[in-house]
Amino acid sequence: MAETQNLFSNLQHSRDAVCRADGLACARGAITVFEGVSFSLAAGQALCLRGANGSGKSSLLRQLAGLLPAAAGTLTHPDPAYGTHYLGHADGLKAALTIAETLAFDAALAGYRADNDAYADIAARLGLAGCDWQFVGDLSAGQKRRLTLARLIMDPRPLWLLDEPMTALDAAGRALVTDLAEAHLENGGMIIAASHETLDFADEEVLLEPRR
Amino acid sequence: MSGLMRIFAAICSQHMHLSWRSGQTMLAVSFLFIAITLLPFGLGPELKLLRALAPGLLWVVLAISLLTGLERLFQADYEDGTLDRLLLVPLAFEAVVLAKLLGHYLALVLPLILAVPLAGLLLNIEAARLPVLLAAMLCGSPALVLLGGIGASLAVSVRRGGLLTVLIAMPFYVPVLIFGAAAGRAGLETGVAVGPYLGILAALSAASLLLAPFAIAAALRSALR
Amino acid sequence: MLKALENISAFYANPTRFMALARQVHRPLWALAIGVLAYGLYRVAYVPADYQQGDSVRIMFVHVPAAWMSLFGYSFIFIASVTALIFRHPLGHVAARAAAPVGAVFTLLALITGSLWGQPMWGTWWVWDARLTSVLVLFFIYLGYIALWQAIDEPTRAARAASILAIVGFINVPIVKFSVDWWNTLHQPASVSRLARPALHADFLYPLLIMGAGFLVLFLALTLTRMQMEVLRQRLRARAPKGEPPHV
Repeated sequence: MAETQNLFSNLQHSRDAVCRADGLACARGAITVFEGVSFSLAAGQALCLRGANGSGKSSLLRQLAGLLPAAAGTLTHPDPAYGTHYLGHADGLKAALTIAETLAFDAALAGYRADNDAYADIAARLGLAGCDWQFVGDLSAGQKRRLTLARLIMDPRPLWLLDEPMTALDAAGRALVTDLAEAHLENGGMIIAASHETLDFADEEVLLEPRR
Repeated sequence: MSGLMRIFAAICSQHMHLSWRSGQTMLAVSFLFIAITLLPFGLGPELKLLRALAPGLLWVVLAISLLTGLERLFQADYEDGTLDRLLLVPLAFEAVVLAKLLGHYLALVLPLILAVPLAGLLLNIEAARLPVLLAAMLCGSPALVLLGGIGASLAVSVRRGGLLTVLIAMPFYVPVLIFGAAAGRAGLETGVAVGPYLGILAALSAASLLLAPFAIAAALRSALR
Repeated sequence: MLKALENISAFYANPTRFMALARQVHRPLWALAIGVLAYGLYRVAYVPADYQQGDSVRIMFVHVPAAWMSLFGYSFIFIASVTALIFRHPLGHVAARAAAPVGAVFTLLALITGSLWGQPMWGTWWVWDARLTSVLVLFFIYLGYIALWQAIDEPTRAARAASILAIVGFINVPIVKFSVDWWNTLHQPASVSRLARPALHADFLYPLLIMGAGFLVLFLALTLTRMQMEVLRQRLRARAPKGEPPHV
């Protein structure tokens, strides 16, 4: 366990990295979801997006991830192909794979391969037992959520985009997210999270105003 | 293995793995044999007739078996958020698409083609004639997968989009079926050159390889917005 | 010239300006379509009966222009889609969507008239003639295109997917045409295809061209009306209160 922690925990992200939005707007068809959203985030900072249902929090995160083009405004952010983690509502997990297989896929997408012990370490760190035999399809919603956190650990990327990161998690799970986030910020990472709850690691908030 | 190669291999092998584990491969091969078994009930058991029709029937059955598997090509990944992730890897998205298609080809299409000799025997094709048919299928099937992938990617956001996929992909299959069946028939007769047919099939596959990954990547990106 | 065309196109990129123009144009366009078609049918009525085919040759004056329109319609969709996708012209998607059912109906008309025309000649309602077969495949291409528009709920997403299909499908059309022609000569002697090359005596040619022109104007009139409808439908959708899209 100590080994995998050492593998990444001392990784420092560039202190020059920024994530900035100027007058960002989002449109769905002819409907404007939000407009005039501006913020700036430097290395080591976290931002919490707030707003009612339908105010466009998830859409803003998808814009930041480069999945959704902005209707107006400019966006300065790390290249999503190398610099961004996006954890959305859809978890991207395959029910027919075991935890170890899932972690091996995560590692491969990060461009490397680790051994089974390393995967077991990461699973243990996330509070998941039965790494090599437990199928993802048999995990609870909270356990799945924990498993998605493995990507954040295994592939160090400066910008984390988290959509409702606390959903389905118990107290220990929430503490895990907070710990990971704080370590990430300490290493010079950036986090933008959409949440209805108070996030301990976020020091700033952006409120998306409902239109009309 | 370099990082990009590893990503490509991981996407390809995961797709194969999941197709295999969820029984898709076995289902597709069973479908092929069921279709072949039904044919004599419709056409009558006369071996001469079956042999004469066999190359065309085998191509049509192969194409239909392929079409039935297309729906899940991208849809599962689209629905569970895997495609979101695959857009955020250092590999170009067109290459990601190719990795998925290659995985699909190896897991589903190759087993189907390997099952064709056996199906051909049921339709009374002589064993000596089979290599030509197999060569034609190996040359033409990449086009079927690549062009079918266009249909699958365009219909990816549609729930139960299987029939839509088939409707979109079917016109693209016409040229491949024409030349594939012609090659198979030429293989049944002695003294007819099959080379040109195989060449045309390979050319169709090559042209699809140049076109389809871009169209599919564009369609998937658009669906993910 | 090109610059002028570009300016005009940019000017009418605004749907409001387009609607103002369409309001002025659509009545004269419909009048022209009906006029030319009426004159064309009048000329067709006075065409002498063919010494072999008799009166059934008159079907050609509907069949051939309808087949022209089936190809023209798909080219129209292709150009509109390219305009929308590459030049981001907002009316491109509207035009492509509006033209699709019109083109599909002309294609169906070509199939039905082809079958009617062939019946006395071949003694059967359907022959796998090269031309009829290509038109049949084209009809399926139209159906797939229309079905894709209908199946995707979100209009902008449907528009993008449809334009990709229009472009890829357009590349496919000549390949299908070529392979079907080849397939047909492989299986049948070429003598059957009287359908493809009618004797184009001047008595036949002018009525045929007039009918073609009439079909073209009719196509444009129908497409324009459907474009107006489409713009109105989009406006309705944009004005609807959030969360309750109107059923349109």
